[in-house]
Amino acid sequence: MTTPNLVYERPEAFTEMPTHYCPGCTHGVAHRLVAEVLEEMKIIDRTIGVAPVGCAVFAYNYFDTDFVEAPHGRAPAMATGIKRVLPDRVVFTYQGDGDLASIGMGEIVHAAARGENITVIFINNANFGMTGGQMAPTTLPGMKTTSSPNGRDVETQGYPIKVSEMLSTLEGVGYCVRRSLHDPKNIRLAKKAIRTAFETQVRGLGFSMVELLSTCPTNWGITPVNSLKFVEEHMVPAYPLGDYKISDAIKQIKI
Amino acid sequence: MPKELWKGNEAIAEAAVRAGLEAYFGYPITPQTEILEYLSRRLPELGRAFVQAESELGAINMVYGAACAGVRVMSSSSSPGVSLMMEGLSYIAGTEIPAVLVNVMRGGPGLGNIAPAQADYNQAVRGGGHGDYPRIVLAPASVQEAIDLMALSFDLAEKYRMITMMILDGSVGQMMEPAEMPAMQEVHRKNFEWATNGAMNRERRILSSIYLNPLDEEQTNLRLLRRWQEVQNNEVRYKEYFLDDAEIIVIGFGTAGRVALSAVREARALGIKVGLFRPITVSPFPFEALSQLTGQARAFLVTEMNMGQMLDDVLLAVRGRVPVEFYGRPGGVVPFHDEILDEIQRIHTAPIASPLGTTVHTNPRESWLTRMTQRA
Repeated sequence: MTTPNLVYERPEAFTEMPTHYCPGCTHGVAHRLVAEVLEEMKIIDRTIGVAPVGCAVFAYNYFDTDFVEAPHGRAPAMATGIKRVLPDRVVFTYQGDGDLASIGMGEIVHAAARGENITVIFINNANFGMTGGQMAPTTLPGMKTTSSPNGRDVETQGYPIKVSEMLSTLEGVGYCVRRSLHDPKNIRLAKKAIRTAFETQVRGLGFSMVELLSTCPTNWGITPVNSLKFVEEHMVPAYPLGDYKISDAIKQIKI
Repeated sequence: MPKELWKGNEAIAEAAVRAGLEAYFGYPITPQTEILEYLSRRLPELGRAFVQAESELGAINMVYGAACAGVRVMSSSSSPGVSLMMEGLSYIAGTEIPAVLVNVMRGGPGLGNIAPAQADYNQAVRGGGHGDYPRIVLAPASVQEAIDLMALSFDLAEKYRMITMMILDGSVGQMMEPAEMPAMQEVHRKNFEWATNGAMNRERRILSSIYLNPLDEEQTNLRLLRRWQEVQNNEVRYKEYFLDDAEIIVIGFGTAGRVALSAVREARALGIKVGLFRPITVSPFPFEALSQLTGQARAFLVTEMNMGQMLDDVLLAVRGRVPVEFYGRPGGVVPFHDEILDEIQRIHTAPIASPLGTTVHTNPRESWLTRMTQRA
């Protein structure tokens, strides 16, 4: 039943399960955007999701699609296995920065290089959330985490990895963009990107990934509102938003 | 079908194709690379999936994904590569889905060498990956047997929703022998009630190995064990040679068993009452069949291409009722038949002084090491 003034309801692609995410975390927003896209594209019943290890480990509880749960970092390999035997299905991974950019760097790079026709939703919140806020490859220089208590020292702990920039150099990549979830305007842009990424897959146009700058108020130790500001003021300058690769065929897609 | 000359690794690959293999994911490593190479041409020509993965980690997780989709899928590797796959095997076991893995074993530990070995017995049979899970392990001794066990591997994996591993030493993978290939089976995608292949006109499904509540995980562990009891009751396979009146029983799997058969034949020609027991399923291990043989045997001789891994299972089966001796060649060395014949003769002419019915306390691995040290 629809009410005339209804502006917000649970997407069909969601189950009834309330999420376990912390207050102010943008995982919920990212989940919702994916769910809305699956619903709009009418692909819920032919989508198979691959959950990571990390805060989104229970993603399979929230999306009303078939789902598998990968070992830490291996989601792109599992997605490859599924997609290669079920090429007419839609396969996506949902991975954090510890999962994708640290332990799973081999799997993501090679899935992208092979041009696997899968979609990757990459949540970059600059730390390992689930294990309590340790340094990730994406942690900003000087940023304090439980395993870089004096701030990330690039002399000994190296520099952040810019995944979108890196993957965009690979021929197999069709669509690779970075968006942010820190305000409504950027959330709208993020949704459009997620839609384009799934459109890339259903048209067989190669590997697609959307990197989403996200918050982690609990482990950052700041309020949800200040977390959004932190993304805008510190994450966006370090991880510039933009289209890192959009193949010509994908540019033609009208949404 | 007529016999043809087949190289072990290629025969395994073709047998898998004929058993309905829909997808293969692998990584090059000697001495199994011909499986990967063969399937890199064969599967695409049949319109089936082949990916050379970025690593064994990638390969086994591609297998994991395709297995979740409910298709016949396999990988193959050799010892160091199989070590890398242990993470995936544990997840596959915990998710209770079928998958087949072939390990063409080489000398180790570490990088070791590329010569034939059986040193991954414990890794295969005891599990290797983390957590408490059973797995089926088959050990062919010839190219023909590897072919014959390939279709069985898939059948068992699907029947019990379990990993089936085939372990063979590098010599079976590398040698060429006349062998008969089975007829091509059509790919028949079974509509498994657990497969995550898109929730069209059905409730959605989740496949995972996560049970956060320890009581749920405990129930899962017990379910795996109950299923394993079924496997133990139904799937034990072995071959017996000259056992009817045998007083000395040689036990060996794979190539070590095959070499031992030559030695047993020669010993028979010398009038020694000796036979061979060759396990084909090393997991489930033929404990009961071996236990029964303690009634007739004066001594057992275990031969392996390792430092005595199956030996422990034989000792468990024998429970001290009969003396057990060991002869192994680890590190990638294949024993010659006359070495095993010498062992048979040693046991025959200098019987171990332990009457039947009493417990034997000698440690066969230690006495073997002493003999090896003296020989060097």
